[in-house]
Amino acid sequence: MDDRDQNEWQRRRKMRSIGIAVALGALVVIFYIATIVHLGSNVMNRPL
Amino acid sequence: MGDFLALMKPRVMSLVVFTAFTGMVLAPSTLHPALAAIALLCIAVGAGASGALNMWYDADIDALMQRTASRPIPRGRVSPEEALTFGVVLSLGSVFTLGVLVNWVAGTLLALTIAFYVFIYTMWLKRSTVQNIVIGGAAGAFPPMVGWAAAAGSVSIESIVLFLIIFMWTPPHFWALALYRTRDYERAGVPMLPVVAGQDETRKQIVIYSALLVPIAFLPALLGFGGVVYLLMSMCLGGVFLAHALRVYREREGREADKAAKGLFGFSILYLFALFATLCIERGVALWAA
Repeated sequence: MDDRDQNEWQRRRKMRSIGIAVALGALVVIFYIATIVHLGSNVMNRPL
Repeated sequence: MGDFLALMKPRVMSLVVFTAFTGMVLAPSTLHPALAAIALLCIAVGAGASGALNMWYDADIDALMQRTASRPIPRGRVSPEEALTFGVVLSLGSVFTLGVLVNWVAGTLLALTIAFYVFIYTMWLKRSTVQNIVIGGAAGAFPPMVGWAAAAGSVSIESIVLFLIIFMWTPPHFWALALYRTRDYERAGVPMLPVVAGQDETRKQIVIYSALLVPIAFLPALLGFGGVVYLLMSMCLGGVFLAHALRVYREREGREADKAAKGLFGFSILYLFALFATLCIERGVALWAA
């Protein structure tokens, strides 16, 4: 693998990692929103 | 990133999302807008995942066909292993998320849709029978049922009618494409109707399926979930659809034949989009007026 191929491989690897991070972040947000929607005002209703 | 997006067949995905949205809008119970958006996202990702698995399995024949040779795997931009992992992870993720956050009727239907497209259509029917897209068309017809189930939590006669419209629409739509891509399919050894039974038989079948599709598209109006505007639209568009199909039947030689087939293929997309959009708009107006 020459330098150009190596750089291209690293660039694609980096983009893929960013893509996975964004997808995981989106999943966290989706589950958070859905939890709030399902529980509504009961989200605060818990024994302390 | 662009290559992985291409693996998801974004154009197919957009039609899937739109038909699922229609099912969701027509369902009697309403879903919280945030959950509706999540459901649509899951359906889109599920459709994309099955597209990726289809490209993984079909990479060998995709490389032989002009229409598909530039897909990410034949071009060497994505390895088959990466496409397989991508497809499996997204399939499981979309089904699980839809099931847990919305409901398991919709989740199960989405799983069934993906399994039907990947195992029944791609792995079994596509390379073995001339009926490949007739039966396999069910996979593309499920999304409105998934959308309906996401909102209503059940399957109903109305959602089955939406399924039937897409199911009957698929053969003339794909056979029109196959007519002007016959050599592609021949080269790849895919037993599409024009390859196995010839172009004349395909033209005959296009007319038969179009003649069956048009009255089936009246059913929403007859069952009461499509209004007068929908009935008029389905009659007018149905007439144009039949005219295109008959033109394909008549024009059998040279560029005119290709033009007729391309005309039907293009109009069939507009036809389905317009019918479902009319149902959505009618429902929106009814909700607004209430």
